[in-house]
Formats: sequence, structure tokens, C-alpha cells
Amino acid sequence: MASRDDIKFLSNPKIGNRKKKYCRFKKYGIKHIDYKDPDFLLQFINEQGKILPRRISGNSLKYQRKVAIAVKRCRHLAMLPFVTDLLK
Amino acid sequence: MRQYEVTFIVDSVLSSDEIEATSKVYQDMLVAEGAKIVHTDEMGLRQLAYPIKNRTTGIYYCFEYQVETGDLISKIDLAMRRDERIMRSLVIKLDKYGIQYNEDKRAGKIGKVKKKGSKDDSKGKGKPAAKSKPAPAKVVKPTPAAKATVAAPVVAAPVVTAPVVETLTTSKEEE
Repeated sequence: MASRDDIKFLSNPKIGNRKKKYCRFKKYGIKHIDYKDPDFLLQFINEQGKILPRRISGNSLKYQRKVAIAVKRCRHLAMLPFVTDLLK
Repeated sequence: MRQYEVTFIVDSVLSSDEIEATSKVYQDMLVAEGAKIVHTDEMGLRQLAYPIKNRTTGIYYCFEYQVETGDLISKIDLAMRRDERIMRSLVIKLDKYGIQYNEDKRAGKIGKVKKKGSKDDSKGKGKPAAKSKPAPAKVVKPTPAAKATVAAPVVAAPVVTAPVVETLTTSKEEE
């Protein structure tokens, strides 16, 4: 009887396996989110400049709140747009 | 002792002397109120993400200071709102992580976020130029890699599929 490693599949068996999302702030120990760094905050907004939900960004609740505050401060200082199109 | 951070945008139409004078006014104001200035950051001329008072650029300043009581905050906020040379201002109280972050940033421990190709050097200004520059590089780079990856499976595919059939048949025969 051949073990699983010996079996050669016609298609990749890993197809369809989703990578688990994680909170990057928890994982890498980032404690403070800088509101003066629009390039970093760009990772948490979509093309229209809206803040991405947790279910997409994978942030924990604690850091999602901080991200939201930082993005809003950044917008106030005109480093990020309030509304736009084709931001990325 | 609390640590605060005030960021403001000065009108870029003013002459450089006036701009410096404006920042000096607030720096003196902080010192006069008994604040200890920890760090002053001149972020310089930046493109605004949206026009403010029909201006598309502004000069950013950031002062970090320590002060015993928060009475000064409302004063400086009011003064900045009344000042026509200042387009926007924001006063933030820093928590311990924020203080740590700013210290690390000054020590150069915190690197800039670099996104693949397009966000390398663009910092707001010259967006179309920055976008057009990395684009050809992007196109050029993947082609050899893509060719290799495309070519590899084509070659490998028959090799992979053949043993599967064989193993299946052999196992059946064994049974």
C-alpha cells in the first residue's frame, strides 16, 4: 500500500486551501500605528479610500480600532484622501 | 508628565521666511507655556491628498513636547485655528507605545513600507511619473520568470501524469 507521499495527484491537492488570516500587529508585535505614514496605512484601505473591514484585513479588534483612528487622522492631515478612485 | 504631538500644515504660498517664522511662533509659544520640546520634525513640502483652500501643496511640521498639564492644548489649538497661515492642525496625546515608536523612528529602527515596484520612491508627488517608471520594470522582469514557469509544467506534466497511470494500473494488478 502506497503512503500519501508516494501518490502522485493529477491536480495540486492544495488548490482551494485558504491561507489563514492573521493580525500582523499581534504577529510582529507592532504596538503603535503612525498616522503620519500614509504608505503604511495604504494597506488597510481599498481603491476608493475606504477602510477595509476586519474580515478582509484580518486585524484583531484592538488593532482594527487603532488602524481606523490612524486612517482618519491621516485623512484630516490630507495625507490620505477622503474619497477617491483608482488609489492603488 | 504627558507627551503630546502637534502636527500642522503651513500654507505653501508664503515665503520661506514667513513659513519659518510661523513655526517659530508656535515653538516659542510652547516654550513660553512651560512645555519641554522633545523633538521638532520638519517634514517639508508635500502634495496634499485633496485641495484645502484651493491649495494643493503644504509644508508639514510636527512638534513633540512634554507638558505637566493639558491647559496649553486648547490654547494652541485655538491659536492655530485663528491663524490664517495654518491650513490644518492636529494635537495628539501620545501613549507609552507612541513615545517608544517615535524614539525608535528617530534612531532609524523603523523602516519605510515598500510595496512592490509602484510605491518605491513615490511619496505623493509625481504620482504618474513614479507609476510609469516601475511599470516597464515590472513587465520586463516577470516575462523570463513567467516563461520558465509556464514552460516547466508543460515539460513536467507528462512525466507526472505517466507514473500516476502506472501506479494505478500496477496496484490493480497487484490486487
